[in-house]
Amino acid sequence: MTTTIIGVLAAFAVLVLTVELLRRRALREKYAVIWLVVSLVAVVFTVFPGLLLRVSQRLGFQIPANFVFAIAALVLLVVGMQLSLEVGRLEDRSQRLAEEVGLLRHDIEQLRRELAGSAPTEPVELSHAAARDDRDDRAADDDGDAGGSASG
Amino acid sequence: MSGAHRPWTRDALDSALVEQGHGGRALVVVPAWNEAEALPAVLVELSSKIPGVDVLVVDDGSTDGTADLVRRSGTASVVSLPFNVGVGGAMRAGFLYAERNGYRAVVQCDADGQHDPADIARLLAELDAGLDVVIGARFAGVGTYQVGGFRRIAMKFLASSLSRITGTRLTDVTSGFRASSARAVAVFAREYPPEYLGDTIESLVVARRAGLSIGQLPVELRERQGGTPSQSSFKSVIYLGRAVLVLGLAVLHRGAGKDDA
Repeated sequence: MTTTIIGVLAAFAVLVLTVELLRRRALREKYAVIWLVVSLVAVVFTVFPGLLLRVSQRLGFQIPANFVFAIAALVLLVVGMQLSLEVGRLEDRSQRLAEEVGLLRHDIEQLRRELAGSAPTEPVELSHAAARDDRDDRAADDDGDAGGSASG
Repeated sequence: MSGAHRPWTRDALDSALVEQGHGGRALVVVPAWNEAEALPAVLVELSSKIPGVDVLVVDDGSTDGTADLVRRSGTASVVSLPFNVGVGGAMRAGFLYAERNGYRAVVQCDADGQHDPADIARLLAELDAGLDVVIGARFAGVGTYQVGGFRRIAMKFLASSLSRITGTRLTDVTSGFRASSARAVAVFAREYPPEYLGDTIESLVVARRAGLSIGQLPVELRERQGGTPSQSSFKSVIYLGRAVLVLGLAVLHRGAGKDDA
């Protein structure tokens, strides 16, 4: 009897934890579904132990525990796969972001140097760029000073 | 900022002009991870032996001031990655840079001084002759570079496998000294494999699948000018295992690669 109570409590604990994490938005829905299903099924089977016995016998398992183990292994396999996929995607994205950050940093440095070094006298090749430069002359000068002190 | 400065930042600001960027120029990309020891000599040699070519150092999350060293040298641009992503990722950043700034070709060159900058012109000449990817290859009859034992077998195996896949004789597929045409740069900027060995082995499979022509040019490899070799002989067995896995996955990738001879 005590084992049944422990089982029911454990199953409920997982269910409550999952719902609470979801409520706090700490757990994303796409990872939560599988844990919700697992904890719900666990609650049902611990509250009605006879059900587990019948289902496992119907499926041809000699011992109900083996049925539980088999299902558990399968669930963990799926979860592990899903996490591997997600980690791979995240890795790829963070790597691409790192490359972009590097390229952007390079562009910023170059712009700062250009503004600091040759803002007033450099001939401007593009007519619309020239108009823009004139309009933003003050701002460009300010930025140039800031850039100069930062990179110098 | 080197010598005659190019107004490329304007081009970058105005995407309509990007194509005009550096048309006709080649870019040497030097992936560098904590190479402060050897890099200065390499930069000096690059600017003296091939003065007409721009140099980009991709600092791959170095902690020894590699990036600052390049900035102070003033002979090369530097793209500094926020953390170490490996040679493949560093090169992809280099290819992106080259594509966005309109370079006609990219030459990858190691930061440890093993590659002679004088060979870069020869690699570029091969591109002009119509190839898209040219590997500066050791073991091709030039130079005295030797590797021992198991690693040698592994490299031979990889070379023969990739020769079959690419349909051209390659003797050194793990060389980090290679030139890529504008067509190859466009392909690699999008899908240069960033994983382990992706920059050497898998990239050739990617190139082949994209219909790029691949060839090699015998080069002599020099002594490293600093740093330590990244592979010890102890790791050779693991190296071969991973290389075979990478090669197998590259060929299986999206079911392509069936059209090899």
